Amino acid sequence: MHYEAPIRKPLITGDKSYHDITVDVARPVETKAPRSWWLVFGISLVAFLWGVGCILYTIGVGIGTWGLNKTVGWAWDITNFVWWVGIGHAGTLISAVLLLFRQKWRMSINRSAEAMTIFSVIQAALFPGIHMGRIWLAYFVFPIPNQFGSLWVNFNSPLLWDVFAISTYFTVSVVFWYVGLIPDFAMIRDRAVRPVTKHIYKILSFGWGGKAKHWQRFEEVSLVLAGLATPLVLSVHTIVSMDFATSVIPGWHTTIFPPYFVAGAIFSGFAMVNTLLIIVRKVFKMEDYITIQHIEMMNIIIMITGSIVGIAYITELFIAWYSGVEYEQYAFLNRATGPYWWAYWSMMTCNVFSPQFMWFKKLRTSLMFSFFISIVVNIGMWFERFVIIVTSLHRDYLPSSWSMFSPTFVDIGIFIGTIGFFFVLFLLYARSFPVIAQAELKTILKSSGEKYKQLHEKDGHH
Amino acid sequence: MATTNHQHPPIINALYDDDDVLLKGVKDLKAKGYTIAEVYSPFPIHGLDHAMGLKRTRIAIAAFMYGCLGLITAISLTYGMMIVDWPMNIGGKPSFTWGENMPAFVPIMFELTVFFAAHLMVWTFFIRNDIYPGRKAQNPDPRTTDDKFLMEVELSGDKEELMSLLRDSGAIEISEKN
Repeated sequence: MHYEAPIRKPLITGDKSYHDITVDVARPVETKAPRSWWLVFGISLVAFLWGVGCILYTIGVGIGTWGLNKTVGWAWDITNFVWWVGIGHAGTLISAVLLLFRQKWRMSINRSAEAMTIFSVIQAALFPGIHMGRIWLAYFVFPIPNQFGSLWVNFNSPLLWDVFAISTYFTVSVVFWYVGLIPDFAMIRDRAVRPVTKHIYKILSFGWGGKAKHWQRFEEVSLVLAGLATPLVLSVHTIVSMDFATSVIPGWHTTIFPPYFVAGAIFSGFAMVNTLLIIVRKVFKMEDYITIQHIEMMNIIIMITGSIVGIAYITELFIAWYSGVEYEQYAFLNRATGPYWWAYWSMMTCNVFSPQFMWFKKLRTSLMFSFFISIVVNIGMWFERFVIIVTSLHRDYLPSSWSMFSPTFVDIGIFIGTIGFFFVLFLLYARSFPVIAQAELKTILKSSGEKYKQLHEKDGHH
Repeated sequence: MATTNHQHPPIINALYDDDDVLLKGVKDLKAKGYTIAEVYSPFPIHGLDHAMGLKRTRIAIAAFMYGCLGLITAISLTYGMMIVDWPMNIGGKPSFTWGENMPAFVPIMFELTVFFAAHLMVWTFFIRNDIYPGRKAQNPDPRTTDDKFLMEVELSGDKEELMSLLRDSGAIEISEKN
């Protein structure tokens, strides 16, 4: 019953038992933080506080503190918003889509990937909020009568769809993540020595005891949540893309946007998962669980989605020419050869060219190279959103209105602040949460553990 | 599950250190006519619910109904606000009937279906399992969240016979629950 084809490489290396998994997963929670953790945490905290300062300045003075002008009304804020939402997609893809496809390699990375999803959606949600200018009127987005009179929200608007999509996505991701965390919190609770720790994990673990009926429900709930989250993750970036695609701006008004945005989101999300996990496995000595094979799988997904994104870029150019609409044609010509050519070609290099290195096994199994490409991809995906948003706007219908966008220190500060905030959250998570879904991982130890696979070989179970 | 212990027959605890051994033990005891009151395990064991004779969970059916509720909510919201209470002419596309406007409401209908199904199902999961923040741990032995498996068998017939059956099944610790 615990059998897997010998051709499949083990997902858990080394001579591990159930107890070893417990100890290895609980170790970061039970031991003191290494000095490097404090260093990175300190830097992130400073960046976060700087971002908080810039946000407060924006709220106090107004969004005139940003580099926006009459022509370019959306720039870094929406670029950052789309970038962060996109990064979040990999977490849900790993935990939901790979669960439905029964991909067992997801088990040692899904916890951290989902944490990344939640933390990056928090960053994303900040931007539309502060872009409203008057954040104290943010309740206007809820389906309650505005000013408590009789005017309702507009359900025809993609901006409102976005509110529903992002809030559903965020809350469903949180419960999906938390349901999976409960048995692992229970494990830490039952090992805790200090009364304070025991009490905290007693609260967090909801009293979970691992009864047979509860596990049966747990598995059913996980499966149904995965089934719900799969169309959800595809819908979120589809709806984000509709913020642009349903407008009449040349360069935005394209039907290719939904699939193109979803592929780009998965692409950038996997890059961020790689960035984080290559560090996590090293710092927390998780090399036996997050193996080179895991990194390689993610690199393959980066390569495929990067190529899908490349095809989308080329299709866009072709359709702009083929449409015969001169405004459309100019928007794309201007992207590639206009004053923002450097942004366009950075995007092309980072997103289309760089993932092609992953065709070589030597490169996609190299940690240093994977880490490098993961950073490059994230830079490229930020440029993609910048290119779509700013270059489509900066030369509009009247040449007298043409302008350029340059960010102010506030624009830059808020962006850096969100990166700081993201890492603050992730670092706190890595020290207090079980970073690997250990209960789930134990179920595959006998089929995919290195020791057990060798035993199967010896006994001749073919 | 958590009914009064007094009317129930005495319970014998058997601790195992392997899931396959435990599963075989459960099957053998069931074959001999014993009732397995509960099994505590650190992870879900494939086939255990079937071996213990547990019924299928109906939580997925509940989720489907919650999803329908979400869909109805979305239809009512869009109909009530956009068609009945304050119809607006947006971009030359007036809101005469819900049917004509429906394509624009599909995202909302989808999102609320997922929202209701997911959240209400998880609440059901918490309530049915009787788990909530700060609850006392349900597992009597803290080792069962690490690498041990605890089986509770209802005693019927000769006690010594059951004890020796459990010993033969590979249990590492056997005790009587008080």
